[in-house]
Amino acid sequence: MSVTYLGMPPFPQAAQDSTRDTRLRSNLRHATHTIRDKRAGAVAELPDWAALRTAGAQIKDRTLRHLDTYLEQLEAAVTAAGGTVHWAVDAAEANEIVTRLVRETGEREVVKVKSMATQEIGLNEALEDSGIAAYETDLAELIVQLGDDRPSHILVPAIHRNRGEIRDIFAEKMGRWGRPAPDGLGDSPAQLAEAARLHLREKFLNAKVGISGANFMVAESGTLVVVESEGNGRMCLTLPETLISVVGIEKVVPTWQDLEVFLQLLPRSSTAERMNPYTSTWAGSTESDGPRGFHLVLLDNGRTDTLADQVGRQTLRCIRCSACLNVCPVYERAGGHAYGSPYPGPIGAILTPQLDSVETGLDASLPYASSLCGACYEVCPVAIDIPEVLVHLRERVVQGGTVTVRGQRTTVRPAKGHAAERAAMRAASWTFDHPRALRAGERLAVRARRLVPNRLPRPGSAWTDTRDTPRVPPESFRDWWRRTRTPAEATEAAGKGGEGKVRQERAGSARREGPTGGVR
Amino acid sequence: MRVALFVTCINDALYPRTGQAVVTLLERLGVEVDFPDAQSCCGQPQFNTGYRHATEPLVERYADAFEGYDHIVVPSGSCAAMVRDNYPRIGAKAAAEGRGRVLSAAAERVVPRTYELTEFLVDVLGVTDVGAYYPHTVTYHPTCHGLRMLTLGERPRQLLEQVEGLQLRELEGAEECCGFGGTFAVKNAAVSSAMGADKARHIEASGAGSVCAVDNSCLMHIGGVLSRSGSQVRPLHLAEILASTRNAPL
Ligand code: SF4
Repeated sequence: MSVTYLGMPPFPQAAQDSTRDTRLRSNLRHATHTIRDKRAGAVAELPDWAALRTAGAQIKDRTLRHLDTYLEQLEAAVTAAGGTVHWAVDAAEANEIVTRLVRETGEREVVKVKSMATQEIGLNEALEDSGIAAYETDLAELIVQLGDDRPSHILVPAIHRNRGEIRDIFAEKMGRWGRPAPDGLGDSPAQLAEAARLHLREKFLNAKVGISGANFMVAESGTLVVVESEGNGRMCLTLPETLISVVGIEKVVPTWQDLEVFLQLLPRSSTAERMNPYTSTWAGSTESDGPRGFHLVLLDNGRTDTLADQVGRQTLRCIRCSACLNVCPVYERAGGHAYGSPYPGPIGAILTPQLDSVETGLDASLPYASSLCGACYEVCPVAIDIPEVLVHLRERVVQGGTVTVRGQRTTVRPAKGHAAERAAMRAASWTFDHPRALRAGERLAVRARRLVPNRLPRPGSAWTDTRDTPRVPPESFRDWWRRTRTPAEATEAAGKGGEGKVRQERAGSARREGPTGGVR
Repeated sequence: MRVALFVTCINDALYPRTGQAVVTLLERLGVEVDFPDAQSCCGQPQFNTGYRHATEPLVERYADAFEGYDHIVVPSGSCAAMVRDNYPRIGAKAAAEGRGRVLSAAAERVVPRTYELTEFLVDVLGVTDVGAYYPHTVTYHPTCHGLRMLTLGERPRQLLEQVEGLQLRELEGAEECCGFGGTFAVKNAAVSSAMGADKARHIEASGAGSVCAVDNSCLMHIGGVLSRSGSQVRPLHLAEILASTRNAPL
């Protein structure tokens, strides 16, 4: 099962199209810069931000180390509070469970709280196949759903749309699914919000089943926590008779004291708010208040496999704040859709390929969707070293390696299409490890320097289409040093000695020779 | 104090003037600098593209080539960061793959002695006024690995501010990546170029005659974009500005 959407091209292709879409680029530029500046301000207010960030990372790491224990504790607490816990190993199983639970209520409509996990598993589509209509109630998700579109940002799924486009979508589509937009709808935020409010209110009041995700689950009390800004989520969590929550297993935290750290980290990182506007918490169900039936579907879908990887496991700390998207220069220009899954931006580039049990061409290209500038790591509230994970996943693509798939250690072969690059990289390393060959190569370049054209054929055109090539100088530094700094008779000896000495010292080193070692 | 210059492969082959400037500058400051001939490339292009195994011989080569020096000075933020951040990782992964501690030991030998040029000047030599003279307008682009991996902070600006005659111009969006990113520049050429174009636009808008950085690889990309658009702004490595004096101006 793949987390990516069907038929998505590799990242560079999709991103190239976006860079040409000037309206998209200006929408994204404006939106991401606004929120990134606000976030910087909100974070700068806290003198202990660095300590909070470390605490957040450590709590997550500790929890992940003992994930089995905390999940069982959570299950016991939820059950004791009157809820039912279901375990789903993958998307298909989760969809099956939810579909069955909805069917059992006899309802054909559900209202949804914004949730990444249900997007990850394609729940809406699965429900639709069973004749059940799922209505998104988060304002931005509503825009995306009405527009037959895909989300392009974790927090602001319709970030690629501007007000005019949203007005058109509302005016045209709302009537098909419920209460139509008022006549003569304008595009002011107040008018758009009011149209959405009227449309959604009808859904809330009729709904018998609500479906949500959760930002956190507190193991000690079996409490689920949803953090949102509109209050629409709270409507879905409280009005229906049955509530089904689909939550990734990595969302558990041991105690309320741990939760406190994240309730500080998350709002400042995602919306630049000091405190989150609507924080809903509930455990199980009660007769007199809220849903009478509560089901928690714990979703694995590649998370345990990700946990098995020593470098990759830090990805599971993610609290989906989207700060990394908002500072990412690549996301800003490529747009969220190019990442081909519900998880765009830097977090998507590392999460999607790890969750996928089936490698797609897109998966192999995502780890390369970054200049490794490190802006994402700098802002991440749980200190995920995204560049480190990207490079780690690049290794998997070009070198192959051992990964865990469905709990089994599996050897993966390098992805196709990197043969020429691999040969070039190995040749480069060989040359750099043989100074005389390096010097000869440099001298050859110097001799040919007037022959380098400013426009190269493919693959060099990838550089020269937009950039001039540097001029090769008349003499390398190495040769300059030799000519001006080394006494003539010492020159040759030094050159050879340098190489010989290094060679000798390295005999018996850890270098691995053999079939996979290649040229090394 | 035995000081070695790790010139880096790109400076060796394409920007020897930067290496020469470091030598001039350090000698002017009374530091005797050596260039061990066994040095080559830190392995960053291979490592960052995913070819970690192909990087391993270069880790050992680096450690061996600079054996015995107290300080290794690197006029490149990203190459210094490669050594300091990634050599230990390469060592740890090799050990995890059951190939012993040789690479980890190599990393441990060089990590504490490797300095990016401005770190060496400000932290080791304790100077910010290096006696340079460059009576022109300059804007400074903090390259990502220097900024975020090495956290060079104010060091490059402190040095620039002391250069006689130099007028520092502010750069909008200074801390945004220029879009180079090694093989990213060709693998994702469209996004890389879009980033480069925005960087070039901001550089032009700064009104400076040259754009200065501590990484020639980024400057190669920025300079390539600038020159393709017919811009007169000149890309300049910080070392070349710092080497410039009244008697021997750049
Ligand atoms: S990776 Fe970090 S910055 Fe990005 S969404 Fe997750 S928690 Fe936020």
